[in-house]
Amino acid sequence: MSMNTQGRPTGIGSTGTAASGSALLPNEPLLFEIGDTEHSGVDLPDVTIGTDRLGGFARQTPLDLAGLTEPEAMRHYVRLSRLNHSIDSGMYPLGSCTMKHNPRLNEKMARLAGFSDIHPLQPVSTVQGALELMEQLSHWLMTLTNTAAVALSPKAGAHGELLGMMAIKAAQEAKGEAHRRIVLVPESAHGTNPATAAFLGYTVKPVPAREDGTVDVQAVQDALSPEVAAIMLTNPNTCGLFEPQVIEIAKAVHEAGAFFYCDGANFNAIMGVVRPGDLGIDAMHINLHKTFSTPHGGGGPGAGPVVLSEALAPFAPVPFVRQGETGLELVEHQQDAALGRVTAFHGQMGMYVRALTYMLSHGGDGLAQAAQDAVLNANYIKARLQHAFSVPFNDYPTMHEALFDDSFLEGTGVTTLDFAKALIDEGFHPMTMYFPLVVHGAMLIEPTESESKQTLDRFCDVMEELAADAKAGNTERFTAAPLKAPRRRLDETRAARQPVLKWERAPELPKAAE
Amino acid sequence: MRYLPHSEAERSEMLAAIGADTINALFSAVPAKALKTFDLGLPAHQPEFLVEAHMRALAAKNHTGSDGPFFIGAGAYRHHVPATVDHLIQRSEWLTAYTPYQPEISQGTLQMLFEFQTQVAKITGMDVANASLYDGSTGTAEAVLMARRLTKRNKVVLSGGLHPHYRDVVRAYLKDDADLECLAASPEGQGDILDHIDEQTAAIVIQTPDFYGHLRNLKTAADAAHAKGALLIVVITEVVSLGLLEAPGALGADIVVAEGQSIGNALNFGGPYLGLMATRREFIRQMPGRLCGETVDADGNRGFVLTLSTREQHIRREKATSNICTNSGLCALAFSIHMALLGEAGFTRLARLNHANACKLANALSAVTGIEVLNRSFFNEMTIRTAQPAAALVERLAARGILGGVPVSRVEPSEPGVENLIVLAATELTTDSDIAALCGALAEELA
Repeated sequence: MSMNTQGRPTGIGSTGTAASGSALLPNEPLLFEIGDTEHSGVDLPDVTIGTDRLGGFARQTPLDLAGLTEPEAMRHYVRLSRLNHSIDSGMYPLGSCTMKHNPRLNEKMARLAGFSDIHPLQPVSTVQGALELMEQLSHWLMTLTNTAAVALSPKAGAHGELLGMMAIKAAQEAKGEAHRRIVLVPESAHGTNPATAAFLGYTVKPVPAREDGTVDVQAVQDALSPEVAAIMLTNPNTCGLFEPQVIEIAKAVHEAGAFFYCDGANFNAIMGVVRPGDLGIDAMHINLHKTFSTPHGGGGPGAGPVVLSEALAPFAPVPFVRQGETGLELVEHQQDAALGRVTAFHGQMGMYVRALTYMLSHGGDGLAQAAQDAVLNANYIKARLQHAFSVPFNDYPTMHEALFDDSFLEGTGVTTLDFAKALIDEGFHPMTMYFPLVVHGAMLIEPTESESKQTLDRFCDVMEELAADAKAGNTERFTAAPLKAPRRRLDETRAARQPVLKWERAPELPKAAE
Repeated sequence: MRYLPHSEAERSEMLAAIGADTINALFSAVPAKALKTFDLGLPAHQPEFLVEAHMRALAAKNHTGSDGPFFIGAGAYRHHVPATVDHLIQRSEWLTAYTPYQPEISQGTLQMLFEFQTQVAKITGMDVANASLYDGSTGTAEAVLMARRLTKRNKVVLSGGLHPHYRDVVRAYLKDDADLECLAASPEGQGDILDHIDEQTAAIVIQTPDFYGHLRNLKTAADAAHAKGALLIVVITEVVSLGLLEAPGALGADIVVAEGQSIGNALNFGGPYLGLMATRREFIRQMPGRLCGETVDADGNRGFVLTLSTREQHIRREKATSNICTNSGLCALAFSIHMALLGEAGFTRLARLNHANACKLANALSAVTGIEVLNRSFFNEMTIRTAQPAAALVERLAARGILGGVPVSRVEPSEPGVENLIVLAATELTTDSDIAALCGALAEELA
């Protein structure tokens, strides 16, 4: 079957108009199959100009770029949008990813011209409101974490992690301890943690987890040496557990002359309830998009401010805001010990607006309530499902996510993946599967605080029913799933073995012999 | 609290089902001394209208692009975004979707990314593009690291025309790396990077139009780099220029990095922006970031998935090509919709309009006594030398309600001889009266 069809419009797929049996759930052709190089949805005058100012570099090769008129574009993108699940269309119990309600007030505020239509290099006298906003956001973040400084500029959580570890590296070098080349990373860490450490040239040394899913202070002590630069610990960890020995771990790390980097991806479980600075962390990134509800947009943008302890504050990157004599100032150039700049301009201003709007809406009291409700919801799911599913770690209450494993599927012929796909047919986004890696066949469920009891009950009912069905041997429901999604299961192996990463115009077919 | 659905009765009911007496019982793993028993001193929750009033008050303190004549570029450009773009990206199914880890229910995002990759490959003239990076500056640092992996060489040379922030980001990523050579700023468009290429060079990095607005000869650079086995990384901060200028891919570029903000995305005081990266087919396994690929589903229907993820941190952990675990999905969507609305006809017209306005600006500035336009070639941005110190002059223009460009000393404070230089840009939004207002004000200030 030819995938690349010229002209427009095209019928795609073996079943004609709709793969999933509904004419309202369309098979949408590619933009390049419906548009052409003549049509445009933007009215612009076609000026004639000389090209002598272009230095001889005027374009010779054609763009071959498809265009759509405005009504065609509306239909194309509205029709495509309907092929997506989203938090506004249903629950997203995706562990470790925190899909909570995105208030539209945040969007409305981010679109105020005073925030969206200002340039990062305008004279600072003309952007005092923007600098004030950055200062207010910094105040909230430092207060919630009890830390000495914050670097707002990182573009995403993983970028913040990189910056935090850069600050640690710079601090170690400033102390004359550049020989510290090892970073301790618990086995349960996010993949970004070892990738970040390796990216900066560190050797990654794993720290094993205890039977109960937490990190043992003794194991950390055993791994510490004069060569260790830092530990990267997630708290609450990826098993959904608060590390009970975190204060002792911080103490041991500091006594060994190392720093404590905390992966703050799960800060939403403790915001307003526990201040990471009180636990002894030196640096922690905060995913504004997870904790403070900025939209994920199908893959980003994120925003990953990093809070820093007194010891690391001098190594914060530029830019930052400070009070000057005539107003707020923006420090944009490298200080003596600072590590420089990790992104052009000042970071994700659009996300700062959304996050501060969310913070002000909740207030300090509401953020604490949100964390408590997130924890309540996760424990409620755990309580409701632990009879039908197996819980690998049960010594502590879970935090904002409930972890199960797939041992209940043993001998049923249903895999964890099959189970997840069956959940799609029931109208839910699947939970996170096979992560954290420390648990075989992990199923990680994060309801967040914005799900009602009614929704949680319906989700648990479906989960119980699916578990019973799997155990009863009704495997077809699982292996064939999803049946009610815009696509059936996709061939990922084929995509990786023969990568097709862009649309190509089909070669002109030779004319049939006359 | 309007975002939290539980009533107190429901909370009690749920705690009872869990078997916990209080909510604090669920925090029992937290050491007692760390559990909050104090007032954080943060304000309490507020109704929507009060929050809105607070944010509006902050916004009102800023001078916006539409408040007066506007000529600032230097890596972020003020273009018109069609209303359709912003309407569409606010649809719930785009705005509140997550990373497309479950492809069967994420085909909207995935097909859009496939179309986006195709658009980026077409405008850059490259074989393949990824699904976007954070922005142009971090993308440049990633391209440098990618070139090192590909060539197994270490030396990298950054041209003096590279955006100073981009250079600083590469420096931070390669901190204290003796193999990084940053050439002196070249406001006059001089400085020959070609003399710095040798057998140890992994890549040279050239921006065009460069930070000062000059167009650079990519073909010559590509030939010189390739002759020594090095790669050419091309950086573009004004992606609209590709509507009028030859594609880097047609001139021999190996990796193209661009800031995509100009298409579909507002200025936003510096972010969120959109990093574009495109390269040659044989390099895809060393390209950082997400990739979307075409495949078929169990019924044989065309569909899309994230692919080649064996390069990524969630599979390879410490052996990953980068630590990046996201992309700028929503910004990529805005770019893709705007680009689809433009199409070839609109994109070309947009570029012509930008260049035409810049030509008018250059001509008008040249006629002002005390101003010299340094550029022989440019797209929509240029550097002027002023008879008086630039930073103070730009401040005086701002006091008159005119945002008249970026003094070079703001971004290159340690570079000698730039005190009297200003970088200015025109776009399709620049009007004849804006240009007249700027030139009139400059003439008065410089008189």
